[in-house]
Amino acid sequence: MAGSLGKDLLGLADLSADQIRLVLDTAVPFREISERQIKKVPTLRGMTIVNLFFEPSTRTRISFEFAEKRLSADTVNVAVAGSSVSKGETLVDTARNLEAMKIDMVVVRHPASGAARFLAERIESNVINAGDGTHEHPTQGLLDLLTLRDKFGDLTGKRICICGDVLHSRVARSNIWGLTKLGAEVGVCGPRSLLPNAIGEMGVTVFDRIEDAIQWADALNILRLQLERMQGGYIPSLREYNRVFGVTRARLDAAPRDLLILHPGPMNRGVEIDSDVADGPHSVILNQVTNGVAVRMAVLYLLAGGRPELAEAAKRGAP
Amino acid sequence: MPKKPETVLDARALDRTLRRMADQIVELNSGTDALVLVGIQRRGVQLAERIVRMIATQEGPTIPCGALDITLYRDDLQTVGPRPVVGATYLPWTLDDQNVVIVDDVLYTGRTVRAALDELADFGRPARIALAVLIDRGGRELPIHADVVGRKVDVSSGQRVDVFIDELDGRDEVVIASRNSED
Repeated sequence: MAGSLGKDLLGLADLSADQIRLVLDTAVPFREISERQIKKVPTLRGMTIVNLFFEPSTRTRISFEFAEKRLSADTVNVAVAGSSVSKGETLVDTARNLEAMKIDMVVVRHPASGAARFLAERIESNVINAGDGTHEHPTQGLLDLLTLRDKFGDLTGKRICICGDVLHSRVARSNIWGLTKLGAEVGVCGPRSLLPNAIGEMGVTVFDRIEDAIQWADALNILRLQLERMQGGYIPSLREYNRVFGVTRARLDAAPRDLLILHPGPMNRGVEIDSDVADGPHSVILNQVTNGVAVRMAVLYLLAGGRPELAEAAKRGAP
Repeated sequence: MPKKPETVLDARALDRTLRRMADQIVELNSGTDALVLVGIQRRGVQLAERIVRMIATQEGPTIPCGALDITLYRDDLQTVGPRPVVGATYLPWTLDDQNVVIVDDVLYTGRTVRAALDELADFGRPARIALAVLIDRGGRELPIHADVVGRKVDVSSGQRVDVFIDELDGRDEVVIASRNSED
């Protein structure tokens, strides 16, 4: 069958290039739905989706919720504060209790790497990873790929540099997997204290100076600097970080070409990115947000339904 | 025993049939005022575009021509699973008080048209919706009928109607083939 992603979406490491392309191709027509006056299609009518967030999130949760609602699914949001989770219930118990109430899908965010897979192996419902620890954030990776593909067409040979706190970033990991599979060249740039030791083994080019990365790249994906990293001793100060690694207008002016600017948000203006870059003509940061809803609609659609045994039976009897 | 595919319409007959359908659509609407054609992805879109050109030649005005992809309105997602969304829905104007004619290549169970009616309702409240199909092959599973029919054919459930059009397939032809034969 043409549409197969399998039961769950846990990470881009698990997907083939063809599966990634399938999601991106499917997302394109979904964008049109959000332009309509009635922004809703009945595709997932009757399906119940639980957004299970063990970590605070605004934009990812809202983006998933829009995607679910525009496909007519029924949604329930479970946030950690105020739920049984804070009373010590385990991840699996929470999910099994939800499942006993007959749900179809779980969108999960969890501070532990591997939590989404752990859950997916133990429940029947489809599981979508909305970020697990420092492991992966596949829908963010997919929306970044879609945004880059909108501008570049084919990504083969395009040079994308991921800047900032790669060490703690699930967005960086999903990006590296996805970009590499689609044939792009990937660079990373940041203080050595915020780059994983074995980063070279992921097939990426490492830049110690942001100026060198800007010379090399066609696009920069600038990660949010988690402010608590400073307390952790990874960087001396935010001001120094901005002075050495901040993406500024002046630095971009020295580039041989116009660089596309991506940021997964929320931005620390004046730290990793300056305002005139974030709001500049080559920023596609808001395109990323728009694409996020479309990509999530595509993922929900591709994971929904599709019970293979019924599909085979229907194929034999249908036109 | 599988028979050889049988040609229902060749290129010239298909062109002639579309011309007649174009005339009937204008007649049904008493002119071209407030007339909007909406083709169903995929082949309905190209057929609708051709009918619009024929109406323009005959009557003068070029009437609006939209496209509808009904994949997301299907009733078989749970059983058949997701199909690739093949084409875009393109309806940039309001459909309020318009006379909409849905154009599709083959009318069979009526489920595609049911889905199209649901989708159109999300774009406004047309004054009237009519249905024009190139081939009516019978076998309805819903109370749906076509207002303009190019050709009615008797086809058993073991057979398949294949519509080939130049824009997508490199030739104009309608054939009846046995379901398990390769075209």
